[in-house]
Amino acid sequence: MAAVDMASWFLLLSGAAFCIIGGIGLLRMPDFYARTHAAGVTDTLGAGLLLAGLLLQAGPTLIGVKLVLIFAFLELVGPTAGHALFKAAYADGIKVHVGEDVAEQVAAESAAATAISAASDAPEAAAAEGEDA
Amino acid sequence: MFAAAMAGVLVTMLLALIAAVRGPTVYDRILAVNMFGTKTVLLIAVSGFLAGRPEFLDLALVYALVNFIGTVAVLKFARFGNLGSDARRSSR
Repeated sequence: MAAVDMASWFLLLSGAAFCIIGGIGLLRMPDFYARTHAAGVTDTLGAGLLLAGLLLQAGPTLIGVKLVLIFAFLELVGPTAGHALFKAAYADGIKVHVGEDVAEQVAAESAAATAISAASDAPEAAAAEGEDA
Repeated sequence: MFAAAMAGVLVTMLLALIAAVRGPTVYDRILAVNMFGTKTVLLIAVSGFLAGRPEFLDLALVYALVNFIGTVAVLKFARFGNLGSDARRSSR
C-alpha cells in the first residue's frame, strides 16, 4: 500500500509541476502559436498525471471509472480546442513570430524570387509592346 | 499531498488569469480561459479527494463538457460576432 501511495504522490506532484510549467509557458512564450503549444501540450500531460495519481488513490471503484472518463474526455478535448483556436487565429491573419536569422533568409529568398520573375517577365513585356507597335 | 497538488493547480490558475488579462489578441485570452477551465476540472477533482468526498467527480465531468462547448462557442462568437452564422457563407 505504501508503494502505491508513493507512486500516487509522485504522479500528483509531477502533474502539478507540469501544470505550473504550462502556466509559465503561457506567460513567457513570444507569440500566439508558441503559447498554444505550451498550453496545449503541458496541459494534457499535467492533467493526465494528476488524474493518474488520483486514480491510484481511488482504486478499482466507480470513482476510478469516473476518473478514467474525465481523463479520456480531457485528452480528447484539449487538442481539439487547441486545433480550433489555432485554425481560427491563422484564418484571422495572426502572424507567426520568427527569429531574425530566419526572417533575413526569407527576405533574401523572396527578393531572389522577385528578381527571377521580373527577368522572365521582361521579354514577354517587350514582345507585347512589339505587337502593339 | 492533495493540498500540494491543489496549490500547484491554484498557482497555474492564477498564471492563466494573468495571461487572460494581459493577452494582446482575443485568441490569447480564449486560450488562457480554456486552460483556466481545464484547471478548474482538476481543482474540483482534487478538492473532492482532499475533502474525502470523491462524489465531486460528477461536477468535474460536467464542467469538462461545459468548458469545451463554452470555448468553441466563445471562439465562434469572437470570429463571426454571431453564434448562429454559417461559417461557409459568411466568409468575413
